[in-house]
Amino acid sequence: MFDLPQIYAENIQRWLPELLYYSLTTLKIALVSFILAIVIGVFLALLRISSVRSLRLFATGFIEIIRGLPIVVLLYIVYFVPPQLFPELDWRWFSDFTGAVIGLGLHGGAILAEVFRSGIEALHKGQREAALTLGMTPTQSMTYIIFPQATRIVLPPVANYAIGLLKDTSLCSLIGVNELMNDAKGIAFADYQPMAVFVLVAAIYFAMSYPLSLAVRHLELKLNISR
Amino acid sequence: MGFWQIINEKGWYFLTSLLGGWPATVTVAVGSLVFALFIGLIIALLRLSNWRVLRILSTAYVEIFRGTPALVQLFVIYFGLPDVGLEPSPFQAAIIGLGLNGAAYMSEIYRAGIESIHRGQMEAALTLGMTPIRAMRYVVLPQALRTMLPPITSFAIVLLKDTSLVFAVGVVEIMALTRNLVTETLQSAPIYIMAGLLYLCMTIPLSRFAARLERQRQAWQ
Amino acid sequence: MIKRSSETGDNQPLLKIDNLQKKFGDLVVLDGIDLEVHRGEKVSIIGPSGSGKTTLLRCINYLEKPSGGHIHIDGMLIGEKQINGKYVHLSDRELAEERRGIGFVFQRFNLFPHLTALGNVTIAPQKVLGLTRDEAERRGRDMLTKVGLGHKIDEYPERLSGGQQQRVAIARVLAMQPKLMLFDEATSALDPELIGEVLRVMRQLADEGSTMVIVTHEIQFAGEVSDRVIFMDHGKIVEQGPPRDVLFNPQQPRTREFLQHIQER
Repeated sequence: MFDLPQIYAENIQRWLPELLYYSLTTLKIALVSFILAIVIGVFLALLRISSVRSLRLFATGFIEIIRGLPIVVLLYIVYFVPPQLFPELDWRWFSDFTGAVIGLGLHGGAILAEVFRSGIEALHKGQREAALTLGMTPTQSMTYIIFPQATRIVLPPVANYAIGLLKDTSLCSLIGVNELMNDAKGIAFADYQPMAVFVLVAAIYFAMSYPLSLAVRHLELKLNISR
Repeated sequence: MGFWQIINEKGWYFLTSLLGGWPATVTVAVGSLVFALFIGLIIALLRLSNWRVLRILSTAYVEIFRGTPALVQLFVIYFGLPDVGLEPSPFQAAIIGLGLNGAAYMSEIYRAGIESIHRGQMEAALTLGMTPIRAMRYVVLPQALRTMLPPITSFAIVLLKDTSLVFAVGVVEIMALTRNLVTETLQSAPIYIMAGLLYLCMTIPLSRFAARLERQRQAWQ
Repeated sequence: MIKRSSETGDNQPLLKIDNLQKKFGDLVVLDGIDLEVHRGEKVSIIGPSGSGKTTLLRCINYLEKPSGGHIHIDGMLIGEKQINGKYVHLSDRELAEERRGIGFVFQRFNLFPHLTALGNVTIAPQKVLGLTRDEAERRGRDMLTKVGLGHKIDEYPERLSGGQQQRVAIARVLAMQPKLMLFDEATSALDPELIGEVLRVMRQLADEGSTMVIVTHEIQFAGEVSDRVIFMDHGKIVEQGPPRDVLFNPQQPRTREFLQHIQER
């Protein structure tokens, strides 16, 4: 272990550019999954508070199942099951990247749905009533009164989810996606330097997530003061 | 062969094969939970310590273990340590890896729990002549533990799900057997779905239990 | 949607409540309320907690859906429509239009914290009545000045005192130019020194001829401002009449009991 500095000095010029290149893939996966998760999350949250019982039950069950599965299992199911169940369809577009993004997006959507729902419900009932008594329709009260306030409430949990998502992209390596983790494995075993490479990769992940963590904490402080 | 046909003919075989991994899954989950509970408490107490150095070190620990993926941590331990002479078995690597990772999260749960107990309790204990450590042990922690039960249960569920990673360091648990079975039979859909159902059978009841604990805690406050 | 007009006379009451009932599960909160309020009239409702006075108010603008009975405003049935001869409650979306004409002032103000005072007052005129931003702001400034807060139009609610917040809430209602104003214990959540400023605004509105139904604990204020005082208990109207009758010469024993209790405080 104490010759780590020397190992790095010898190899870092070869390793780092390649690792950083695949970090971009990691960021891409995270970004697309994040957007998908928000869309799915909003959709599920609205179903959860819908006045139609069957929609509510469906959303609740769906969320409970997705959240009860480990991400790895979900990724495997999303990527491998549909092509086998429906072989007659054309699956050429369904790359491992796509499967990973859909899997992470579904998982995130289930998590965010709960965040959004409790954000909306945290708002005092009186806000909705005040809006309705002024003659607003339920949709108008949602748009101008509830959503703007709820957004402020859910921002920290959503940001924290994003940080977790960044780390969870490493799981995509297990279904073969070529992102940072996968590339790291390749280099580590090719050059017989697992310790050095994996510690370096850990540092790269840390460099991506720590600034975000700090930013979120700063955000939380700011939001609390303005309350 | 059709999907339901396969389930009919091979379903039982699949199920028993996968269930063979269940003991390993539970062992890793429980082992890392215990590990995390102990180390997490130590880290939490260090973070609340009066010595700046201890506070900084423990905070660094938490930031690093929470800022890097668990998978990387497992790899460092299982593939990296042999470089320096230590050769953990897959089980050891899994439990230590998930345990150290979990300790970082547990320490936050401990910290929140301890801080949620009113300062006055600590002060009352001190004025009765207890040392800070005694006050912690007999007054603050017992109360904190009660409020921490729901988050600890939730955390345990997360650990259970994280066991699905450890096949990557060679532990033969449910996910490892799942992948082997798929390679063997080429029937990915029913097997992966079955694996999913196995996990759901564990996590859903536990989640409902945790939710009930949370409701009880709300009522108790 | 067929609306029923119950009378076509000129002197029809602005608000007509027939046999209003409300149950929460097995609990009967309103036990058959009949009430008429004429244009320009000020009616105060007093009574012990749990008497149903707040529920009655909340039923008028259908924040609570009555279990029985009907409500007419200006001769028009509100809150319900008839389908195949049966009465069916309207949804919140359908109610929105009817609610424009009814102003409601909450005990806990319910200002929108993400909008300034002016924002609070102008949002409904813009989004519900369709006023342009300039028109809404002009009206908003007038209303805020009217309640004495012309200098606070750009402040956010958290920077305003309770009394100021409640006055903004009243201005917000006034900006919609309602036919009828409902006050649900408008001063009960205020510190004693701040109650006066809100009562002053309410008195001003009363003098200007607004039609008001006021649920309150401020017995003295009720006496000064109302044309009629109603005493409710256990979901029924026990006694009603001019203030000098109900407050100073109550006929019913329960009314007497209640008023004595208040004086002892």
